[in-house]
Amino acid sequence: MNRMLTHAGALLAALLLATTTMATEEPLQFDSPEQEARFNDLASELRCLVCQNQTLSDSDAPLAQDLRSEIFAMMAQGKSDDEIKAFMVERYGDFVLYRPPLQTNTLVLWLAPLLLLAVGGLVTARAVRRRAAQLEAEEVAEDSEGQA
Amino acid sequence: MARFVPLLVFVLLGVLLTAGLMMSGSKSEIPSPLIGKPMPQFELPRLDDPTQRVSSEAMLGAPFVLNVWASWCVTCRYEHPVIEELAGLGRIPVVGLNYRDPRENALEWLQRFGDPYAFHLADEPGRVAIDFGVYAAPETFVIDAQGVIRFKHIGALTPEIVEQDILPLVEQMEAEG
Repeated sequence: MNRMLTHAGALLAALLLATTTMATEEPLQFDSPEQEARFNDLASELRCLVCQNQTLSDSDAPLAQDLRSEIFAMMAQGKSDDEIKAFMVERYGDFVLYRPPLQTNTLVLWLAPLLLLAVGGLVTARAVRRRAAQLEAEEVAEDSEGQA
Repeated sequence: MARFVPLLVFVLLGVLLTAGLMMSGSKSEIPSPLIGKPMPQFELPRLDDPTQRVSSEAMLGAPFVLNVWASWCVTCRYEHPVIEELAGLGRIPVVGLNYRDPRENALEWLQRFGDPYAFHLADEPGRVAIDFGVYAAPETFVIDAQGVIRFKHIGALTPEIVEQDILPLVEQMEAEG
């Protein structure tokens, strides 16, 4: 039991060490908390293409670091969020955006959930109505049985 | 009729999931928005002689292949024989874009595995590669005489890609003059 605890402790220490070494890379100097918040918003809306299921703010890939400093530099130049996103889309395509834009080739993506909701609603409404009618019929039958 | 609804839903779901599986092979490959557009402007030092700088304008006039590689990139080593073969055909010059690589490492790698390239541009900071939309090495671009990006491949080139995509494109560009 004791040995297991020591092992677990060592593992935990290793994990903590790993996270601190990761966190020490590339400290960006923000002028204001607002600027930092804006940077974090942007970096969490853009995909890191090296490890495609992570955002730029999550990823430790060298390219993600480069792109983060690129975003930082563009913010310092006074570029707007849209300009920064356009810079990314020009190079890597719409795929970098975690929030895909509404355009002809993404219509299905945007409308499918609404369509599914509508179909689900219809199916539910029909089922509820049928069940209500069934219950009513049963009640009528019981009533007439009682009378007889 | 209603009894068949679950079966129908099941079959539809099956078709959807199968289609998803079949397409997942190419999922990580993202079509480049740069195809058909002029290559980004750059000015980079040559790997062999960093005092010499090459601009994107200087690259105009004849088609070339731009191959993004790095000494830390394992797939590039795997791809190397194909680059050697493509360059050896003499149909189109292959220019290297050495990506995020310390110069000594790059030179050592070339000495070890051979250097079939016409020359190399050194992009140690990786800034020009960002303009080319590079996110993984190796990547290969075919750029025409006007500087327009005509083809892009992400990942290692294979003899099939050279045969079926690059060489026909070279012929087409030759016909265009």
